[in-house]
Amino acid sequence: MSQATVVAEAPADELDLGPELADAVEGAWAEDTEKTYVIAPDRILDVLRHLRDVQGYDFLSNLTCVDYKGYGGKLRADVDARLEIVYNLYNTRRGGGSIGLHVRVPEDETVPSATSLYAGANLQEREVYDLFGVKFEGHPNLRRILLWDGFNGHPMRKDWQEAYFEEDVKPFRSRHPKGEYAFHEDKIPWAKNTTYPAGWDPDSWQEPVAYVPVSQAPHHENEPHLDTESIVVNLGPHHPSTHGVFRMLTRVEGETILALEPEMGYLHRNHEKIGERNTWLMNMPFTDRLDYLNSMSNNWSYALAVEKLAGIEVPERAEYLRVIMAEFTRIVNHTWSIGFILNDLGALQTPALYAIEEREMILDLFEAVSGARMMCNYMRFGGVVRDLPEGWHEQAAYLANERLPRALDELDTLLTENEILKARGRGVGYLPVEDLIALSVSGPMIRAGGLAYDIRKAEPYGIYDRFDFDVPTLPNSDIYDRYYIRLLEAMESVRILQQALRDIPEGETLGGRGGYTLRAPEGEVYSRIEAPKGELGFYLASDGKVAPWRYHVRSPSYINLNALGPMSIGYKVADAIVILGAIDIVLGEVDR
Amino acid sequence: MASLPPDFQQLKQDQLTPFLHDEIAVPDELQANVLITTVDKIYNWSRRSSMWPLLFGLACCAIEMIATAASRYDLARFGMEVMRPSPRQSDLMIVSGTVTKKMVPAIVRIYNQMAEPRYVLSMGACATGGGPFKEGYNVVSGIDKYIPVDVYVPGCPPTPEALIYGLLKMHEKVDRQSVTSVPWYRKDTSQFVPVPRLGPDVFDPRQVDLIKDTTLKAAAATTAAAANGASAGATEHARGPAQLSDKAIARMEEAKRRWREKKGLPE
Amino acid sequence: MFGTGLLKGLGVTLKHALDTFDDDRESVPDRYRGSLDLGNNRRVIKQPIDQEGLLTIQYPEEKRLLPERFRYIPMLIWDSEKDEDRCTACGICAKVCPPQCIWIVRDSDEDGKPLTRASEFYIDAAVCMSCSFCVEFCPFDAIKMNHDYELAVYDRYPQLVYDMAELTVPLEYYAALWPTQFEEEETRRREEEEKKRRQEEEKAARLAAKQAEAAEKPADAPAAPKRSAAELQQLARERAAQRQAQAADGGSSEDDAAAAKKTRMEELKRKAQERARQRKLESGE
Ligand code: SF4
Ligand code: SF4
Ligand code: SF4
Repeated sequence: MSQATVVAEAPADELDLGPELADAVEGAWAEDTEKTYVIAPDRILDVLRHLRDVQGYDFLSNLTCVDYKGYGGKLRADVDARLEIVYNLYNTRRGGGSIGLHVRVPEDETVPSATSLYAGANLQEREVYDLFGVKFEGHPNLRRILLWDGFNGHPMRKDWQEAYFEEDVKPFRSRHPKGEYAFHEDKIPWAKNTTYPAGWDPDSWQEPVAYVPVSQAPHHENEPHLDTESIVVNLGPHHPSTHGVFRMLTRVEGETILALEPEMGYLHRNHEKIGERNTWLMNMPFTDRLDYLNSMSNNWSYALAVEKLAGIEVPERAEYLRVIMAEFTRIVNHTWSIGFILNDLGALQTPALYAIEEREMILDLFEAVSGARMMCNYMRFGGVVRDLPEGWHEQAAYLANERLPRALDELDTLLTENEILKARGRGVGYLPVEDLIALSVSGPMIRAGGLAYDIRKAEPYGIYDRFDFDVPTLPNSDIYDRYYIRLLEAMESVRILQQALRDIPEGETLGGRGGYTLRAPEGEVYSRIEAPKGELGFYLASDGKVAPWRYHVRSPSYINLNALGPMSIGYKVADAIVILGAIDIVLGEVDR
Repeated sequence: MASLPPDFQQLKQDQLTPFLHDEIAVPDELQANVLITTVDKIYNWSRRSSMWPLLFGLACCAIEMIATAASRYDLARFGMEVMRPSPRQSDLMIVSGTVTKKMVPAIVRIYNQMAEPRYVLSMGACATGGGPFKEGYNVVSGIDKYIPVDVYVPGCPPTPEALIYGLLKMHEKVDRQSVTSVPWYRKDTSQFVPVPRLGPDVFDPRQVDLIKDTTLKAAAATTAAAANGASAGATEHARGPAQLSDKAIARMEEAKRRWREKKGLPE
Repeated sequence: MFGTGLLKGLGVTLKHALDTFDDDRESVPDRYRGSLDLGNNRRVIKQPIDQEGLLTIQYPEEKRLLPERFRYIPMLIWDSEKDEDRCTACGICAKVCPPQCIWIVRDSDEDGKPLTRASEFYIDAAVCMSCSFCVEFCPFDAIKMNHDYELAVYDRYPQLVYDMAELTVPLEYYAALWPTQFEEEETRRREEEEKKRRQEEEKAARLAAKQAEAAEKPADAPAAPKRSAAELQQLARERAAQRQAQAADGGSSEDDAAAAKKTRMEELKRKAQERARQRKLESGE
């Protein structure tokens, strides 16, 4: 199935739930930012069902939690409930903005799980359970996900402090003017970044039993001799095919996968906890390290969110620069991912090396403009940090007009018609696009399933509405299409680049305010962009102080992994590795 | 590193001493021993010229490691193009990225599985000292807290050149070893590093006594405080002293002094 | 037909191999076009964007030409003209540093009154994320990003905690690494100084005019100098005595320190010259 590109329509301003559900809405939140509605906890499923089935909000983009303990802002002055679950829903057929829902829960109460309506809530609810300790009733598999079973406490709660805790908000007073220069390690008796609950006795400690995925081995009623034993095979966290430190627990029968559970958290670097201690600007270089292949688009997404929250204008030239950088990044990401999909298929090295070749040329440009190859830290609130250096524009134009099209064509000739690739890729990892949407999958994956949903068209941000480009789609939703869609998208990016480099005006690159003393007004914002890997969103809540109250990253890599299990069942182990490769994850963004 | 098996630590240190003074020293007893120095030369040359790294990426730095191995910087020039995913077949572990508590047991296990001689290069700020994520609750502030490291490469991420520079330093280090003094031909020196376990927080089996001491004491203090009517929960976590111990201060001062002395910098 | 795709792909790889082979054949191969020859097989490689393929950079003999904005670890600037550190210990860099890896101790005089200079300045290179915020927000242009990436060491502590002596570089070094930006800053500084000077001149002129006006009236008495000649002499004597005392106690160690610092600065200046020469050659291309 293929259809016209989804473009933005005017969003519905008022939440119209019909007469039966009118009483479910308890109120609205933060009038001055986006419309968000507070829903009674016991009615949330009804509201979600109505929104999904009647109003077509079929995509649960973001589900997270905010801990308001000790919140100083005015907006919640008369609210007792400590925790607040946040949902952001989109309509993938109509485009446009989101509907935000809040559910307020006191500390020890449970919330109904949304997994029965939106299968994509699975990983997100597990994350909330892990980091905040909110229990979701009816969740099929509510285990810790980023940390391990047995970890002490729920670290994203505001009153949970880590071993190296120094102060609630940076800058730390010990750095200047007295400069009490000391390692944290020296302040802790065991000289490690660890803390243990009082009374805990390591001698009697038993590790919790390791989780094993449930067998779904077929049972043959009439022919019991056909029943076989299934075994559990563990892949990772140290495994060459997992693109980093990722672990898959598979239950296999022979070579066929019966169940597959992703296990993550091996690169959980506490972005969000650190982000709530950082001031607004300090988070910018940290976003570089989320999806470390695409620092530019991460920067942009975060900058957009803060600009939306604080109402900062961006000058014209900076908008163009942002588009240019983001599209170069997309090419870097897609060629890289193509190289490594092929690597996973057994085409060791050659495609990857070809991909890296053009990547290096683009990284040289990034380095010339921002100073670093990977961690660009180039964007600021209200623009970009520096204008282009001399000669940059000509080089970029040469790259966009001559070199990159040629290189992408070369990659196309090298791979697309390749019979082995077709034999390995066609029909493998199939999942219909409706299921993908229900699993909250975004980005190239759904476009390879035939749905032309691209945020650059569906809810244009920046200046994407000025460029002439298509959203390519492919019909089959298998590995081969997921490879090919990336090539097509890279070619579209080249088109955008050519236009942007042609039209870029002279002028300012950084608007006025937005320095390190920025204080965003109280409120919340959810803003998203079409990052190369899918929908990258930032959910920010501010209490009007120097640091964000809540800093949450809706990362495409993480949420796309919802589909890994369903996509792999029934295929061979060797296919599962490519299926994972074709989701295109980066562990820095999965685990954050 | 504090509580590695003592002789191993000592031997590592002995290996290290010559370069801390930036000169190549032929040990006295070997001055006259031409045969051994020649053997050493061959021995070191062969080890250094085909040092196979473990195919092992942790985070962002791993991407730069791949870029180093790719065509532009081409690790094959150093005989290192064969990245082996199996620890049994590799000589060098490039710890490229943030080491998290959840991952550290696996890393230590991999290290234990590597056959000697084995070397560890810590690539990037994160593996070296925790990097920008140092304060995080799931981050190990430097892999050297668990396994011995030979070369540290700072930078976030180190550019491929910086990594190669680190590898060259590693070669230099290998070149200064001697077959008569390397730890792996001696008895009882190459021991396994105990694998950390995951409890309420990651814990090192070598520190169990220390941990027990603090946690149980803290629990006793809480009970006592509760008995006195004070609010419990104030000492919920056993955090230990917040102030620097004199020992730590002395260690820092001493290290600083030594370093400056060596560099000829003013006091 | 089965196999055509495979053959096409093999054709691409063959073409690729031949293309780059061609570049490598001559005695001074085409692939060194645009690069800088330092002699002795050492080169600074700058691959022209229209050069097909990707050149292998044979580090350590060959190095890639770093762009001016390249950032690795910060450095502190020693103003060689004024012979002083530019850093005033205002602490802004320590405040904006995202991982908080800068420690600054502000210097004070004997009475404990804070001075505008740092007595200690540390950056932990094992934490620094090379974000360059410290550089962006320093109001005195006192901290800049170094291009030196050859920092690998055998021991983390204390080698990777850089202190003031290790961080400080002379102005020339910075000027060589960051020529464009240095030029901009200097122009700005000169303009500001010019403006200040003009303002002062105007002020002086106004003052002179006023005095002239005043002089027209019968002068009461010549304006007394602020200090009498005797007082001035006294002051000079005191200063000389102070200096002598200083030289007498602990003078030698200070001399050593100064000498060590001087050697380091000389070394860095030499490096800076080399770098400047490279840049010049490059722009001469
Ligand atoms: S040192 Fe920097 S680049 Fe390397 S893993 Fe850590 S954050 Fe990533
Ligand atoms: S380096 Fe700059 S910002 Fe930092 S203390 Fe010195 S003068 Fe202030
Ligand atoms: S570069 Fe960034 S991380 Fe490093 S010292 Fe400066 S502000 Fe801190």
